Amino acid sequence: MVAAIQTVQALLDSPSFAILATGVLTGASAALLGTFLVVRGQAMLSDAISHGVVFGVAVTFLLTGNATGPLQLLGAAGAGLLTVALTEWLARSGKVKRDAATGLVFPALFAAGILLLGLFARDAHVDVHTVLLGEIGFVWLDRVQVFGLLVPRSLLVVFVAFVLNALYVALFYKELTAAAFDPVLAELQGLRPRMATGGLLALTSVTAVAALDAVGVVLFVAFAITPAVVGRLASQRLPVMLTVALIVAAAAALLGYPLAVVTDLSIGGCMALLTAAPLLVLMPLTGARRRRA
Amino acid sequence: MLELLTDPTVITVSLGALMLGLTSGALGTFAVLRRQSLLGDAMSHAALPGVVIGYLVAGGRSLPFMLLGALTTGLAAALLSVALSRRRGVKSESALGVALGTGFALGVVLLSYVQRQPGAGSAGLEQFLFGQAAATLRSDLITIGVLGAAALLVVALLFRPLKLVIFDPHFARANGYRVQLYEAVSTGLLAIAIVVGLELVGVVLMSALVVAPAAAARQWTGSLTGMVWVAGGIGAGSALLGALLSAAVPGMATGPTVVLVASLVVAVSLLVAPRRGVPVDGA
Repeated sequence: MVAAIQTVQALLDSPSFAILATGVLTGASAALLGTFLVVRGQAMLSDAISHGVVFGVAVTFLLTGNATGPLQLLGAAGAGLLTVALTEWLARSGKVKRDAATGLVFPALFAAGILLLGLFARDAHVDVHTVLLGEIGFVWLDRVQVFGLLVPRSLLVVFVAFVLNALYVALFYKELTAAAFDPVLAELQGLRPRMATGGLLALTSVTAVAALDAVGVVLFVAFAITPAVVGRLASQRLPVMLTVALIVAAAAALLGYPLAVVTDLSIGGCMALLTAAPLLVLMPLTGARRRRA
Repeated sequence: MLELLTDPTVITVSLGALMLGLTSGALGTFAVLRRQSLLGDAMSHAALPGVVIGYLVAGGRSLPFMLLGALTTGLAAALLSVALSRRRGVKSESALGVALGTGFALGVVLLSYVQRQPGAGSAGLEQFLFGQAAATLRSDLITIGVLGAAALLVVALLFRPLKLVIFDPHFARANGYRVQLYEAVSTGLLAIAIVVGLELVGVVLMSALVVAPAAAARQWTGSLTGMVWVAGGIGAGSALLGALLSAAVPGMATGPTVVLVASLVVAVSLLVAPRRGVPVDGA
């Protein structure tokens, strides 16, 4: 038992393991939820949510004086949901179209968050550059004590997010599928598509916050959407799509890290870029439809 | 206060902000009416690799080269998203997300490449993320001005066909207008609206400065001509105020400040303006 704990701790002490594991779990979490967003045709909600959570990060930091912790995570995730709710409200008001509503709400909240961080948190743990690009190369530096183990904080957070996402998808698979493909039928069958959707968006917000330290706001979007689109091109069946998306996201993280080390380039950037590599093969194979006149 | 108004840096920043705000605001009208707000977001993130490539090709910070690069990769991202969205089962938002994420990831990788170079490194490149008004050079004004003037001239010359294609593509096609050509022109104008502001506003938030003025203008006027003028004015005012504020207060990045000012104008317009979702009559 002691030997097993020592082995796990030795693994957790390795910076390479921390970086790889954080990358794989971030990618897998994002790809899992992203697949449902892509099937629903609402992929850009991940973009809106990940930008919106920055506002929550800034506000909870100013209120609590601390950037990390469960309360901070929930507050930031709340801002992600607020972004979706405000966008929906604006689109339904009929004063602007849905695309413009999206393009108005999340930039405003993101801009406010960045300004708050720039003005009041300049020397703190959260800086504007990290929020945008992440610092996956340094995730092993900040560690917390859990069950007698010293675990990198980012790794712990994305691990919890991944477990939550996997549980949610496993438990509500039928509801999520029904809500994604045919919300009207789902409603008639009593599958409560709106609850399934609410949970999906809440978990997307939590995951976006969890991924912030590692890959930042924008690369999260790459992980949420690109593997799912690769899955969509590979198959029309949801279980296959999910499997392909998970494999693509995990492989991109596993290969992206050594690639970045060898070439001395951005780790997060290489991981995110590799999620698109399968498109080079899949796009020529899947012919374009003729444009409808 | 008077000193501030005669300071050469302040004059340069103000002129740059006014020109880019006018251009982006006016051109944004077409993007918003064609429901291309999210395409603008994808193009502006995908402009980052182009900025870095322009920097590498020119061997240093040269705005014309960097904006040409931005235009190229931004349009390449638009083409990628069109090609992807024609695949079975791939919806337009998914295609835009792939273009945005992949384009930005490539930009981050290229940026890290330049940063690892010995010597001057990436001086002046990081500002293209969130924008930096104070870094505007006098020579940059020529680039911004020429680009903006060229785009606005195209709008003036092709106003009638552009309007027809937006509001009644079937009528336009029946009357012999080459609809696809004008759609391509208006997408090209969106790309210019974005790259013209990259230096001051940055790739992350530039699309918001294209969308917000037009969305605000839409609340005040129902005619396309009116919308172009009002959006241009709101864009210019927001960019000017935001750029000066960010130059004066340490810790306020230019892009977020400009976008927040423009967002406040939208909020006020939504609450106060009399028109509510009245269809644009195309006058």
